Amino acid sequence: MRKFAAEKSKSLLAHRKRLAVSLQHPTASVFSSQSHHNPLPQSSILLRFLSSAAANPSAPSESMASDSDYSSTPVKIDSINPKVLECEYAVRGEIVNLAQKLQEDLKVNPDSHPFDEIIYCNIGNPQSLGQQPITFFREVLALCDHPAILDKGETQGIFSADSIERAFQILDQIPGRATGAYSHSQGIKGLRDTICSGIEARDGFPADPNDIFLTDGASPAVHMMMQLLIRSENDGILCPIPQYPLYSASIALHGGSLVPYYLDEATGWGLEVSDVKKQLETARSKGIDVRALVVINPGNPTGQVLAESNQQQIVDFCKNEGLVLLADEVYQENIYVPDKQFHSFKKVARSMGYGETDISLVSFQSVSKGYYGECGKRGGYMEVTGFAPEIREQMYKLASVNLCSNISGQILASLVMCPPKVGDESYESYTAERDAILSSLARRAKTLEDALNSLEGVTCNRAEGAMYLFPRISLPNKAIEAAKSVKTAPDAFYARRLLNATGVVVVPGSGFGQVPGTWHFRCTILPQEDRIPAIVSRLTDFHKAFMDEYRD
Amino acid sequence: MSKSLDYENLNENVKECQYAVRGELYLRASELQKEGKKIIFTNVGNPHALGQKPLTFPRQVVALCQAPFLLDDPNVGLFFPADAIAKVKHYISLTSGGLGAYSDSRGLPGIRKEVAEFIERRDGYPSDPELIFLTGGASIGVMQILQSIIRGAHDGILVPVPQYPLYSATISLLGGSLVPYFLEETANWGLDIGNLRQSVAQARSQGITVRAMVIINPGNPTGQCLSEANLKEILNFCYQNNVVLLGDEVYQQNIYQDERPFISARKVLMDMGPPISKEVELVSFHTVSKGYWGECGQRGGYFEMTNISPRTVEEIYKISSIALSPNVPAQIFMGLMVNPPKPGDISYDQYNRESKGILESLRKRAHIMTDGFNSCRNVVCNFTEGAMYSFPQIRLPPKAIEAAKNAGKVPDVFYCLKLLEATGISTVPGSGFGQKEGVFHLRTTILPAEEDMPAIMDSFKKFNDEFMEQYEDYRGYSRM
Repeated sequence: MRKFAAEKSKSLLAHRKRLAVSLQHPTASVFSSQSHHNPLPQSSILLRFLSSAAANPSAPSESMASDSDYSSTPVKIDSINPKVLECEYAVRGEIVNLAQKLQEDLKVNPDSHPFDEIIYCNIGNPQSLGQQPITFFREVLALCDHPAILDKGETQGIFSADSIERAFQILDQIPGRATGAYSHSQGIKGLRDTICSGIEARDGFPADPNDIFLTDGASPAVHMMMQLLIRSENDGILCPIPQYPLYSASIALHGGSLVPYYLDEATGWGLEVSDVKKQLETARSKGIDVRALVVINPGNPTGQVLAESNQQQIVDFCKNEGLVLLADEVYQENIYVPDKQFHSFKKVARSMGYGETDISLVSFQSVSKGYYGECGKRGGYMEVTGFAPEIREQMYKLASVNLCSNISGQILASLVMCPPKVGDESYESYTAERDAILSSLARRAKTLEDALNSLEGVTCNRAEGAMYLFPRISLPNKAIEAAKSVKTAPDAFYARRLLNATGVVVVPGSGFGQVPGTWHFRCTILPQEDRIPAIVSRLTDFHKAFMDEYRD
Repeated sequence: MSKSLDYENLNENVKECQYAVRGELYLRASELQKEGKKIIFTNVGNPHALGQKPLTFPRQVVALCQAPFLLDDPNVGLFFPADAIAKVKHYISLTSGGLGAYSDSRGLPGIRKEVAEFIERRDGYPSDPELIFLTGGASIGVMQILQSIIRGAHDGILVPVPQYPLYSATISLLGGSLVPYFLEETANWGLDIGNLRQSVAQARSQGITVRAMVIINPGNPTGQCLSEANLKEILNFCYQNNVVLLGDEVYQQNIYQDERPFISARKVLMDMGPPISKEVELVSFHTVSKGYWGECGQRGGYFEMTNISPRTVEEIYKISSIALSPNVPAQIFMGLMVNPPKPGDISYDQYNRESKGILESLRKRAHIMTDGFNSCRNVVCNFTEGAMYSFPQIRLPPKAIEAAKNAGKVPDVFYCLKLLEATGISTVPGSGFGQKEGVFHLRTTILPAEEDMPAIMDSFKKFNDEFMEQYEDYRGYSRM
């Protein structure tokens, strides 16, 4: 895997050196993707995102030889779109490639490493770690995929009555009952109606099916908004740091500028509006036209849940500054602490008395997260409010170029927004499955958080929501030196050592961005609960040994 | 404070992009439908929407993959045949966590292997699963590849005219330049290499670097199958001009004549031998949306890369990884499409009967439709050799063109709107695909049910007769 990492790293390293100076300065707050002419980007979006792609000393270097076969072909690495080169996506970066390699080793020889399996804590992919799907949702999907069995008498014997009823309802909403047909580009109208009733039940404010765009997961929706907003590198998007790298990658691909604002680790990753305003003004003073503010609530990778009062400030800020509020609310069902509650930004804005034309707001939702965790289905939607009709036409046009999102994902999006209700046959089993998953996730979050906090030099805010912990590690100077000597970011160095010693895969903080000089990693809380004690003890042993080796 | 997303400060590339298949005609048709008018949607190649039934076997497999807990139910055999159950176990074993887990960003390795084996059976040359990426439909694949190629307005992509507007729309979204080459209607929409060279020369004189060439085979909207000789010319051209070939081969199952079977660009490339076979860069696209499958709603597809530099493949992998993974049910559909029931399997007969039935009916419909068009006044239509569309030329009388102008409409849009209002037949005007100046077409799919077809053609003929009667005088009509 990644045969070419070595030479790619070489260029990236050279490139990092050029950047190092400017990025050591916290004042270098605007990173634009520029340079359409240089073979390698002069300025990648954020240095932090490069570290995970940095040197892999173990990578073989036969790449030059094999690449020379391609010397006469038109598409060369230096003639592909520089925006493609610039974007980085650490969640599936170098550490994951190493993990896949180790997994192959273990297949060949189970004794090749000091662990017998790889535990993927790098990505929010619950069902790959053994989480079971919600039965009711899957019953409905199966019936919709193969409606022929709906007419069989025996079906009632193996499917719940309400799943059969729901499948009939859904099929009746689809013209010709054709689940194999392209739908309306925004998604099947009846399913959008259902989603709106779910939003209304959640918020207490009505939702309009014309505002809903069903998408293949939340990511394509984010891309669509970036595509609409970004005209050039002079257009900026305010993003939290740390952030989910979808945003940095998407902004880079569309050639815009990421304008960072820092979440405050000391106050539980709090979002200080005055700080956001400062960053906005700095960017504006540099000629950046800041167009939107991204808020991830509950936070990824940081796990905080915003207080309603904080959300009100954010809404006012966007309204006053003329910014589109891009609200990533894909973890809305994942709340683990009794003192916090999820409030959608739409509900907050409407509660403040702001109507359709007062604020431009986009809310992203996904079937991949929540208690359902149906990542492989690629279902999701965005609800767009406060956009003029001619903009909506443009959005519709963009959606239509890709025809429509997948129907199975559309159906699932309607199901998660409108699950069984009291009195339905599946209600009890559904709530039992849901609550078991959520309460187990809460226990896992707490156990891992406590374990991390007990480690020397490690502090970890609680995961109030979402699926991740983002501990800070105070690395000894010796470890930082050792990382430097192998040309790796210190947190990537730590993550690699952790992986090699324990088989646990985490993502270095540099993949998400962090205050310069601080080091973190992101670890999901998703391994099955019975595995958590073993993970804790492996992690603890590793960290002790690491500190013993490098303590100053 | 002005809103951030005012129309004026929207991305210009977004405003420029056009996508006629779901444009003005489609919107008007949807309105009329809401008003209760019966609409025959022939604007999109969307077979199931027009009553084509899904193949039973793949639906059984995917349904059971959705609900794997049924595998433990003693009654599962009442609903699912044994070979479907075996397939379910096979595909679940290829996943890490069933349908609910993200897969590898390039698609499940086991399914990519099945795709590679299919390609090898089809072409007679081995294919590498590492160079096959599964996607959420072919469109996503096209967008990813064009995104990697296009750096700015000086990068040109050769696109056939008429073309499927995915290409023009994506190129304008990405800010590149579309370099058109015209297909020759009088030569059955064949490709004229002389015209191609001319287009390239002209683009180069304008400072455009021509980086890639799109071919759609079988053609959309034009329905022709490219001959082997034509494909050889194209590959030679790509070799000489250092151009990546993008082969849109999504209609490879849809062939309605026997003289010119589908032949993949990859097979022709390999047949040509070195140096060409080692050097011409080729990306081929396929989908579960077309063929006799027509599973449009699943959004499943793949692309295969040949002779693409490994470092570029890595970058394309990175771009795929930002979208995490293609949807897993569609990946399984793709696996089933390239590896369907075999003779001797319990479900083979049914599968075979269903797929043959669909193809034979499509072949009949292709004839009914093109014959029907050719029997109409001022309409000429090449035979639909493949794909799903007829693209008749409508010779509009000068008076009709004038009337269109007065109504502020492009002439073929004017004609198609009138057709829609009069008959409920929803087509796409030729201007959405590109056509030579002064020549007008419309695109219709051949997908309405076979038994409805004669009535549809009668109603078209009646409309066309009346239209021509109204607008034709003795000054003749427009000719190319």
